[in-house]
Amino acid sequence: MSNNTKFTGQSFKSVGTRPLRPDGLDKVTGRARYGADIQLPGQLTALILRSPHAHATIKSIDTSKAEKLKGVKAVLTSADLPDKNKGDQDLFDILDNCMARKKVLYDGHSVAAVAAIDAVTARAALKLIKVEYAILPHVTDVDEAVKPKAPLLNRKCITQGVEPTPKKASNVAKRTEFGHGNTETGFAEADFVKERNFKTEQTHQGYIEPHACVASYSPDGTAELWVCTQGHFVFRQQCAALLGMDVSKLRVTPTEIGGGFGGKTHVWAEPVALALSRKANRPVKLVMSREEVFRASGPTSATSIDIKIGITKDGTITAGDATLRYSNGPYVGPWAMLGAMTAFACYDLKNVRTVGYEVLVNRPKTTAYRAPSAPMAAFAVESVIDELAAEIGMDPVEVRIKNAAKEGSQSSYGPVYGPIGIGPTLEAAQKHPHMSAKLGKNQGRGMACGFWFNFGGQTCTDLNIAPDGTVTLTVGTIDVGGARASLSLIAAEELGISYEDVKAVVGDTTSVGYNDMTDGSRGTFSSSMATIIAARNAISILKERAATMWEIPVDKVIWEEGHAKATGKKHGNLAPLSLAEIAAEAPNTGGPIAGHNELVADGAGVSFATHICDVEVDRETGRTKVVRYTVIQDAGKAVHPTYVEGQYQGGAAQGIGWALNEEYIYGDDGRLQNPGFLDYRIPVCSDLPMIDTQILEIPNPNHPYGVRGVGETSIVPPLAAVANAVSNAAGVRMTHVPMSAPRILKAIDSAQD
Amino acid sequence: MAQLVSTKINNDPIQFVCEPQEPLLDALRDRVGLTGVKEGCGTGDCGACSIILDGTLVCSCLVLGVEAEGRAIETVEGMADGATLHPLQTKFLEHAALQCGICTPGFLIAAKALLKNNPAPTEEEIRYALAGNLCRCTGYDKIVRAVQDAAKVMRKG
Amino acid sequence: MAEIKVWGGLRPAIGGAATLDIEASTIRELLRKLEEQYPDTAPFIEAGIAVSIDGVIYRDSWGQKLPSSAEIYLLPRIEGG
Repeated sequence: MSNNTKFTGQSFKSVGTRPLRPDGLDKVTGRARYGADIQLPGQLTALILRSPHAHATIKSIDTSKAEKLKGVKAVLTSADLPDKNKGDQDLFDILDNCMARKKVLYDGHSVAAVAAIDAVTARAALKLIKVEYAILPHVTDVDEAVKPKAPLLNRKCITQGVEPTPKKASNVAKRTEFGHGNTETGFAEADFVKERNFKTEQTHQGYIEPHACVASYSPDGTAELWVCTQGHFVFRQQCAALLGMDVSKLRVTPTEIGGGFGGKTHVWAEPVALALSRKANRPVKLVMSREEVFRASGPTSATSIDIKIGITKDGTITAGDATLRYSNGPYVGPWAMLGAMTAFACYDLKNVRTVGYEVLVNRPKTTAYRAPSAPMAAFAVESVIDELAAEIGMDPVEVRIKNAAKEGSQSSYGPVYGPIGIGPTLEAAQKHPHMSAKLGKNQGRGMACGFWFNFGGQTCTDLNIAPDGTVTLTVGTIDVGGARASLSLIAAEELGISYEDVKAVVGDTTSVGYNDMTDGSRGTFSSSMATIIAARNAISILKERAATMWEIPVDKVIWEEGHAKATGKKHGNLAPLSLAEIAAEAPNTGGPIAGHNELVADGAGVSFATHICDVEVDRETGRTKVVRYTVIQDAGKAVHPTYVEGQYQGGAAQGIGWALNEEYIYGDDGRLQNPGFLDYRIPVCSDLPMIDTQILEIPNPNHPYGVRGVGETSIVPPLAAVANAVSNAAGVRMTHVPMSAPRILKAIDSAQD
Repeated sequence: MAQLVSTKINNDPIQFVCEPQEPLLDALRDRVGLTGVKEGCGTGDCGACSIILDGTLVCSCLVLGVEAEGRAIETVEGMADGATLHPLQTKFLEHAALQCGICTPGFLIAAKALLKNNPAPTEEEIRYALAGNLCRCTGYDKIVRAVQDAAKVMRKG
Repeated sequence: MAEIKVWGGLRPAIGGAATLDIEASTIRELLRKLEEQYPDTAPFIEAGIAVSIDGVIYRDSWGQKLPSSAEIYLLPRIEGG
């Protein structure tokens, strides 16, 4: 048995191959069950009433007429979801977001809910609920919100992280700072200094499956919840806390998840469904409409970022400074902080300082979106580096290689790096045929780098060997994009059996111990680590059983290629026993054979990527099309390369959408103008070219197989890569994302003036 | 008042009752139990609810249930021939043309409709034919390759 | 004694310094002593502090040993998508 999780450099048989995924058949035949596909007998339909105002005091809510409507079984307001979490601000914020208390804080904030026999009745009931509002002045723009006279979202909001503590409330909830050296000295050493402000608009994760759940609360105080989530254990904790339940009495079963990208990392309406079920004493299904998803679930931040970078004539960056203002919605989060940590993380800088401000605005609660906050910061930094490269007449890749962080560099967020992949991705980009391909008329090329931390976290895995020698692997991390295939490969590798003999499933909250959610690119990293150790634990039992069958000491048994083998002169002639043979004898050698592991999978390896992008800009209309795109990223070890490519391509496509099209548009009334896929346009098939990928494998020293997370980094470079390409094609620096046709046209026109 | 609707779904005679204002999508999912037809938007923008209605590709969220009277409906549940997958299903698996899989039924149906009309589409034709189906996970690369490959297999018959 | 560096946001809570001198053999001991010696760090510990040991970030493993020659860096505990 070995709990050593250090990289050993072993060779692989299963890992690195590309078998079909175990959940694939159900997904191509329509059998796979997602959140909205669950049906319970006697189930009611729930709908939520949402605020039409960006900011208002709730003077009264009259639900009496709705309650009297035939077929209505429960009507709910914040009075049914009292605050049971004395002092836990994060939980209170989630509760207030699920159901507004004294004030509504954004267009779409929920104020009441109903459960009725069908959707028609529920809709009619919503219309009968009378809410009296006193409208307050609102602010949705991040730069407007920090002004001294901006409407205040929270009169008790005193900026944290500032000395001395401010006396007056403001919309700036928190200040954070990172860096080292002295930027003033650094700028003095520079031959060129460039300063610019960049803006990015708010985008949504845009998962195609709206939030959906079915809740069934029993009068005995137990409950079940089926839900599409990135973390069923986290949902269990949050729901139990918000409803005042014992955690163990709530069983959460994760359905298949139709995309999350960070947006399904905390509860939105699930506590409401449970509370409705409790009140109605019937199962309740709650499915958000697409409009509700846009208006009231997790977008990322809108940002305004000031960047200042100094460089010498020979291309050495002497200092970098960034001030980052990130919108948080009405509740404080870590968003500007993450931008401040990641902004300069690709580079080895002597002098760097980043300051982040968390800004409250009347928009939905900001939630994680794939490498949260990093793409915006990278957009700003990578744009200025490109401009400086042009200014000193140096190739943009060369400048980045010259300044790239490497093993031993102090990162801009603090610690010294171990072995990392930024340099190798840049060198691969330099050599890539894309970099030297000829450009057509009105075309431009851009490249950019990106960084993400990657996480590990609490993980618990169960590996059970069936009597026929096949293996069930039960994991507690949600499979968002093929993890069951990767984890089956890992179990097969470690046990020495074939991939087809392993069946990986995601267990509900009663089948395995607590697991953190699938976020921070941790799913395959963490659960593979736990799977490897669980398999090793199972192997030690298998060896004991073989020893029992052979009636020899266990130290004479080794495990090789899926078989127990006896060693030494005395026993070496015994025929090896396969896993299946040992499993068949299990009843007579001590009973079922299983391996189990629980751990904190710390030591996730940081991840870097370099992207190359060609665009064509129509100078008359401003319309821009990406004509070629290449992703180069370090995976540590690609367990199932096809799905690693898929992560690279998907992240790039999301980033391209953010760069060119996607944005939340608010009217002067503070209402979201485009809460639908028609007006909030994510990239469609005809918008994109093929997305080429190159996987680099620089092993993570802290994982037995060298695995790093791969899910998030791919969304970090595209904003900048596309912006650099557009800037090169249009001949004018683009500083506002998305670079929609009108913005590009305006930039071209003003450059000609 | 609810009405009785008689249809042919995946070659089976099926009757269901639905309200006059009820979308065909809801009738298929909630009344017939065909939950392979997915709802992503309810406004005809995402294509997750794509079905083939009398040979024409439509978003079932934009058709009323009562409009299906006397018509033939094809959904993802009817694509495979027993245990034998349709070539598009096989190629989607082989190319990993799905990650979360929520958009997959709609893509398969849209691609089936495309290949019926155009057995040898170019990459551009595939991209425009599938432009009514949103996928947020894959960046479409592997979907386009899967459709190209399936078209090749189907041409060989 | 390991020199412990802290991120900018924590510095006001420890009197403005960028480094700390705390004798500790594990993360748990380090965080306990940090709160004892600098009570203003309590809300930061409550919100979550991650510890980087030679560039490897530990968010939860409080039993992790702190080698005397290692670079120790305190960071806010972060979340992802």
